[in-house]
This record gives sequence, C-alpha cells and structure tokens, in this order.
Amino acid sequence: MIGRCLASLLLVLATWSSTSIANDVLAFDTPEQQQRYRILIEELRCPKCQNQNLEDSNAGIAIDLRNQVYKMINDGQSNEQIIDYMVARYGEFVLYRPVHNASTALLWYGPFALVAIGALIFVVVIVRNKRHQSKKDIES
Amino acid sequence: MKKLLFFIPLIAFIALGVVFYQQLGKDTEYMPSALVGQPMPEFKLVDMASDSVVSNEAMPDEPYLLNFWATWCPSCSAEHAYLGELAEQGVNIVGIDYKDETPAAKQWLVERGNPYSLVLLDEMGKFGVDMGITGAPETFVVSATGEILYRHQGVVNEEVWQTLKEYMQ
Repeated sequence: MIGRCLASLLLVLATWSSTSIANDVLAFDTPEQQQRYRILIEELRCPKCQNQNLEDSNAGIAIDLRNQVYKMINDGQSNEQIIDYMVARYGEFVLYRPVHNASTALLWYGPFALVAIGALIFVVVIVRNKRHQSKKDIES
Repeated sequence: MKKLLFFIPLIAFIALGVVFYQQLGKDTEYMPSALVGQPMPEFKLVDMASDSVVSNEAMPDEPYLLNFWATWCPSCSAEHAYLGELAEQGVNIVGIDYKDETPAAKQWLVERGNPYSLVLLDEMGKFGVDMGITGAPETFVVSATGEILYRHQGVVNEEVWQTLKEYMQ
C-alpha cells in the first residue's frame, strides 16, 4: 500500500517537473543567442526579490523582465543595449556585477586594499621581531 | 603609542556597531527609483472610460499621483479607501490598472468607488516596466510638467501621504 502511494507520488512529481521544464523552453535562432540569454538572466537581479537573479525568481516582475530580455535578444539588440534598458528603469541595482566607477571603487578594490594593509603590517611585525631578536643575540 | 594600537580592534568594533545600528529597523525592501528627476516615459495606453488610446498629453497639468493598482493585489484593496479620501480632498490621482482584467477592474471601481480622474490600462505590464515598478501598489508623485518627483512602494496611508504631500507642492 505504502509502496503504491510512493509510486504514484513519484509519477506525479515526474510529470509535474517535466511540464514545468517544458514551459521554460524558448526558441532562439542561434545557440549563441541562447547562451547570451542564459548569462543575462543570471547576471540581472530581480528588483522585487532582491537576493535572486531573474533566472531564479518567479516573481511576476522577474517573469516580465525575462520575457523582455528574450524579446530584445530576438530583436537583435546587443547585451549592452539590454543592460542599459534595465539600468534606465531599475537603476544600477539590477546589476549583480556592479559597474566600475567612483561610488563602487571601495566595493571593487576595498578588499585588495585591506589585504595589502594586512600584508604590510605582517611584514613590519616580522622585520621588527627579527631585529629585536638579533639585537638580543648580540647583547647576549 | 604602542598601547594605543591595542585599542584598534575595540575602535573598529564600535565603528561597525554604529554603522550596523543605524541600519536597524530600516525597510530592507526599499529601493530608490531610477526615474526620480526624469520626465515621464512616453506611453500609449488605453483609457478605461473612453476606450481610446491616449498618450502623455492626456495627463493632468497639475501635480498628481500616479497609482499602479490591480484587482489581484491585496494591498491595493487596503489602500483603496484612503485613495478615495484623498480624491475627496481634491488630490488628482491617475490610476494605472496594472496587468489586470478590465471587466473585473471596472466592477471594482463601481463597487468601491473611483478615486481616479483617469484610469489607463496596462494589461501587459509594459508601462509598469518603463516606470521601473516591481509590483503593485506603487505610487509616484508627478509634477505639472510631467517630471517624476517621488516613488512610494506599498500601501498609501495617512503617514505616507504626509511625505507625498511635500512633493505635490
């Protein structure tokens, strides 16, 4: 009995997943366009559910924006045009990969600066200790 | 001098504490609109009342609220009565029926009253995307010259109106 229940559950799950995949099939002229679509919806952020990209999100607006990306690719627009379109409406917030400019400099280069400072302190401490040590050696 | 160095972690801790404390209680969903300060995007939408296509010229020539709403949106239901009050006070509100079924929307306005001076139909949500909205309800303050001055996401109530009002002048 339990086995039969499980089997029917599996069957339901299997058919359900295949139909949901079928809904996502989009036709592209070239594999290159399909690749661009995949990368764009991965790198554009859903403005509604802020920690998901367009690909992950099922919010109404994410679906609309995915369709818009699809439409623009099929209309022959470049990645840049599509990204400009999104930024004009939703701000730079929609970019998961922030642009390099003055306001994002800290974000992009801050970690490297911190590592450099850390390395500098590390070297200074080591050199000092060594000197201290050799002084002691001479004294003794 | 050397002793001061020992306080660096404490100072860093306090600085971070202050930064994080200031963020507490803020609306994490808040997102500034990219359209504030910009002119209203060009549009062609169907006017619900006349069933004809209208464009930017149809908009009021005084400051007004542009309210995205829909019958499927529970928060729109919550703010509807308050929009009615604002309309009675003489506030000009333009409604955008966002991704909705027109017959249901018409019935909603008959049943609950119509606070809008103009209702435009954005069935496909194209104008919504042009305005950078993320859902409904959203309300913009637009100047007499068609410049977008402010955007509010979520329900409009007495408290929110105090902010909107300042931009209306």
